Amino acid sequence: MSKEFIDHRKHVTRRHFLGKLSLGLGSAALGSLLIPDLFSKSESSLATLGLPHFAPKAKRIIYLFQNGAPSQLESFDYKPLLNKMAGQELPASIRMGQRLTGMTSGQSKFPLVGSYFKFNQYGKSGAWVSELFPNIAKVVDDICFIKTMHTEAINHDPALTFMQTGAQQGNRPSMGSWLSYGLGSENKNLPAFCVLLSRGRGNGQGVYSKLWTNGFLDSVHQGVQFSSSEERVLYLKDPEGRDRTDRRNMLDQLSKLNDLNYKEFGDPEIQARVQQYEMAYRMQTAVPELTDLSKEPDNIIKMYGADCLVPGTYAANCLLARKLSEAGVRFVQLYHQGWDQHGNMVGEMPLQAQDTDRSTAALIMDLKQRGLLDETLVIWGTEFGRTNYCQGDLSKDNYGRDHHPRCYTMWMAGGGVKAGTTYGETDEFGYNIVRDPVHVNDFHATVLHLMGLNHEQLTYKHLGRYYRLTDVAGNVVPGLIA
Amino acid sequence: MRFLIGIFCVLTSLLLVDCQQSGSITGVRDSVDYNLHIRPILSDRCFKCHGPDANQRKANLRLDTPEGALAALKDNPAAHAIVPGEPDQSEVFLRISTSDTSVLMPPPNSNLSLNAAEIALIEKWIEQGAKYKPHWAFIPPQKHPLPEVDESWPKNEIDYFILEKMEAAGLQPNAAADKERLLKRVSLDLTGLPPSPELQARFLADKSEDAYEKIVDELLAQPQYGEKMAVHWMDVARYADSHGYQDDGLRTMWPWRDWVIHAFNQNYAYDKFVTWQLAGDLLPNPTKEQLLATGFNRNHKITQEGGVIDEEYRIEYVTDRTNTFAKAFLALTFECAHCHDHKYDPISQKDYYRTFAFFNRVPEKGLLGDIQLASLADPPKIKITSEEVENILTFINKKDTTPVEVMVMKDTTWKRPTYVLVRGNYDAHGEVVDVGLPNAILPFDSTAFGNNRLALAKWLLHEKNPLTARVFVNRMWQELFGRGLVKTSGDFGMQGELPSHPELLDWLAVDFRENGWNIKRLMKQLVMSATYQQSSTISKKQREKDPDNILLSRSPRIRLSAEGVRDLALASSGLLVKEIGGPSMKVYQPKGIWESSTSGRGVLARYVQDHGDKLYRRGLYSFIKRTVPPPGMLIMDGSNRDQCEVKRGVTNTPLQALLLLNEPLMLEASRVLAERLMLGKSSEEEKIKKAFLLIVCRGSKSEELSLLTAYYKSEKEKFQQSPEKAKKFIEAGEYPHQEIKDTVSLAALMQVIQTIYNMDEAITKT
Repeated sequence: MSKEFIDHRKHVTRRHFLGKLSLGLGSAALGSLLIPDLFSKSESSLATLGLPHFAPKAKRIIYLFQNGAPSQLESFDYKPLLNKMAGQELPASIRMGQRLTGMTSGQSKFPLVGSYFKFNQYGKSGAWVSELFPNIAKVVDDICFIKTMHTEAINHDPALTFMQTGAQQGNRPSMGSWLSYGLGSENKNLPAFCVLLSRGRGNGQGVYSKLWTNGFLDSVHQGVQFSSSEERVLYLKDPEGRDRTDRRNMLDQLSKLNDLNYKEFGDPEIQARVQQYEMAYRMQTAVPELTDLSKEPDNIIKMYGADCLVPGTYAANCLLARKLSEAGVRFVQLYHQGWDQHGNMVGEMPLQAQDTDRSTAALIMDLKQRGLLDETLVIWGTEFGRTNYCQGDLSKDNYGRDHHPRCYTMWMAGGGVKAGTTYGETDEFGYNIVRDPVHVNDFHATVLHLMGLNHEQLTYKHLGRYYRLTDVAGNVVPGLIA
Repeated sequence: MRFLIGIFCVLTSLLLVDCQQSGSITGVRDSVDYNLHIRPILSDRCFKCHGPDANQRKANLRLDTPEGALAALKDNPAAHAIVPGEPDQSEVFLRISTSDTSVLMPPPNSNLSLNAAEIALIEKWIEQGAKYKPHWAFIPPQKHPLPEVDESWPKNEIDYFILEKMEAAGLQPNAAADKERLLKRVSLDLTGLPPSPELQARFLADKSEDAYEKIVDELLAQPQYGEKMAVHWMDVARYADSHGYQDDGLRTMWPWRDWVIHAFNQNYAYDKFVTWQLAGDLLPNPTKEQLLATGFNRNHKITQEGGVIDEEYRIEYVTDRTNTFAKAFLALTFECAHCHDHKYDPISQKDYYRTFAFFNRVPEKGLLGDIQLASLADPPKIKITSEEVENILTFINKKDTTPVEVMVMKDTTWKRPTYVLVRGNYDAHGEVVDVGLPNAILPFDSTAFGNNRLALAKWLLHEKNPLTARVFVNRMWQELFGRGLVKTSGDFGMQGELPSHPELLDWLAVDFRENGWNIKRLMKQLVMSATYQQSSTISKKQREKDPDNILLSRSPRIRLSAEGVRDLALASSGLLVKEIGGPSMKVYQPKGIWESSTSGRGVLARYVQDHGDKLYRRGLYSFIKRTVPPPGMLIMDGSNRDQCEVKRGVTNTPLQALLLLNEPLMLEASRVLAERLMLGKSSEEEKIKKAFLLIVCRGSKSEELSLLTAYYKSEKEKFQQSPEKAKKFIEAGEYPHQEIKDTVSLAALMQVIQTIYNMDEAITKT
């Protein structure tokens, strides 16, 4: 069934419903009548639209985006050869003319450098993890590592945009927006797509709201940024001096005024507006309740680490992500900045790891103990990898790494992925893929598949063509799916 | 049954009209038209593999030309895809109607399919001779004679065309809108501001026949007209105050924006307006103003990310200009031909790079220097001094004495070669191409036009160019009526929708060109029509027969834009500072939005809010940092200025409700208006009446007034019980407070006013 048709059908249904509403039901009921199905698409209305395309493995996604490109070589892709060959030139047979960024293209030498940090194997699966991530090491049996992600971009902005929207350039909808569009929200009081930001202690590269843009989709699919300030969602707080009863009273008056207007004009959009005000009112209660972390029990606080009580930290965002997801938010997107170690890998990488390791692992354990991990897909990812050779000065105690698009590591947990496995393999130099590459488009296709969506069928016609998250490419990777 | 009708109605808006007329469309119509009925189906389901894109063509068969479709099949010379008059001998019909999925077209794995009604249409078309026609948008428009209709309704030519379709569908036009609502509508449309109470009173009192026309002329002459028109053009030109991309540093393009306002206010003809922007630098002895106008093509994003590959981004900028040119002026999706031949429209990849060649001679670099050191403008640029502002460029609102630098266009003296880029990759050079444009639109003759951007402008504005005038009048129509005569205002190609009123579109386009591309004249023509002046009430019949108001038997109701809501609050409360132009303003914005996402580099790492008058300028002056646009803009469907946008969405969401309820400016406007009214001696009821008039722009009805007065009283009682709450509530905003002792009444009035601001009618063009 074409999406265009679905849209039309939706439109007809909504008009039809509103038409009926105006004819059949008393207008006094308007203020309290809730028809979220028509605006936020609940499960029941989805069935009539033919979505999802097949039984989903996961219902919700939490995407822990490590912004800036954490080095795969200091985290999960263990390459002892680099330590042995430290200081030696990267063989041309390995580099194979790969284009370089403007930051190292002027370097006369490309000396290999191994991880400063030690690696060990963990869990039944024996996954290699560096000493920087002792807590993630404890949950490796829930994780499916992808060692062979690769991308086309070599700079942050286009690479990030590609990871999140499926295109390096252009104003395309973000992954979360596509899922909001395809599946809607499970919770009528919360947006389907929420975004949480945190800053690290390493070299950072910034994020941009275009990364959670709705692109050409309706703005209702825009990612809603939750801030660390008292007002978690923009404009959520009632004005100073006004409380909930006052607001309720105001909305009742407003609804009566709008209803008078509706009687004159007969425009269903007026009623739709009344409903949006009602949903806004419910959000005002639902969001602060949900974002109040102070009532979390001690054992949870311990699990995520004390930082989780400091709003705006990665740890707090992990805990908040769990709560939002548990409440039915379809897609929770975290961005943690500071992973761009062109230099000072030895100084910065441990700080970045310290800020994220514990709470990342806690999120997985927490979801698991609540029985939610099976239906929640947790993704740990980034925009590209880092070079096996040193950028800048190589000393005994420090080094840096440039951007590397040819291979990098991401991992997923829960939600139908093959737990306790590693997919794909890079060469001994950690430079090229030798087995089972996963392109960004393949990754998107697989994630949509886990959510019960066929990436070729989740389309939107815009300016003459059918757009997809995967654009014109992408294959589901069966090896990642349990 | 309803199901089939549903599918069909999506196909084309004309079909919608048709199916309403007949009440049923499963029975196939008597006469099938290629452009109206067949091409939309073939384009959507067949052309991807059997269309213009030679590289993707399957079975060497193309169905978009009669030559291709009628020829013997390459892999089976005995058979033909289409045999006119003989569906049963036409492979096309056999393959779309078969139940054998191994030969069925479109193939099941394409996720495309044809329904029974579509198959029947194609059968009938072949039966009737399978006549092809050129795509409507590529045939130059002609003035059609006015249709014969009941002459009592039309006020100008537009109405004849509109009424004809209405009559055919059994609909009648609405009565004229009442004067108050009409005035609000036309004032919002032409100036973006609600009418002043003085104007309201004057218009209501003026019983002369041309009272409305006088108002229209007056509004068109106001400088606020240029501001209103500039908003749409800023979307088209992807105007912003920062470079976009990662570090997203400051840029100074606002003098270009000031020029746009000036050009609209001076009523520059569209051909001049466009020529200056595309090629002002190539005119003989270009003036500074003409150079400034070319900033249009430098408004694209520019990267400052260390380590990018220069050429990759330089190509990106030329690509952006090429795509913007096609979308803004031709309403074609050239960008599809960036990597391969266009799959639906006759634009080859070679055509794309020939167009690209016009924009490929700018002496520029891909990487704008280090953000910490870089100037605000990237070469080529011009410097505008205070002296010039005083004497020549008087429309630029520059207050300080330092010259301002603006990016402009320039061609290098040497001709940088342009290559077809294989799969669109910047470093995959294919053949070298010279400037040119798609033949299907209008052949480009370089001996007649020349070979630079000025030639491009000449081609664009040539009287035989079938698109330029249509595209612009359609967008102006869209600005007023919410939906273009061609709904897909950015795509006039095969995949776009057909015009709902093709003859009207053509009539307006030709009339516009023949009358010197006169934009104010066009705007006046539109608002003087009876179509425009109808009331916007919706009857049950209208809602059933024409829910989307394609036939315009009523005036549309459209929510105000992001800028419109802000301007309404400012103007009605008296806060508005009517200064025109100048650097963009950093208005109220929730804390930490820039800071939480910045790379930390450059002057835009932190948001430093402005104060005083700068807080009360119109919405178009709000500072746009491209990677983090003002949140209110995004919530209210504003463009993020990432790329050329010709149409904004209009959604209705809870976040919009929160914005209108809690945004500081909305509260401040309520407070300031309440204070102003409290200073007067009028009764409470009169105060409410006045606020209603200022915001909703009409007198309140007794029901509304009694409801609001009762609400006022109950709120006053509440505040009396907790006067400290009143004090907190009325603190809203930085605007200096009036000395008003009765803070309880003030707070209650402010609450009532805030309620009025949130009424659907307040923020809707009705």
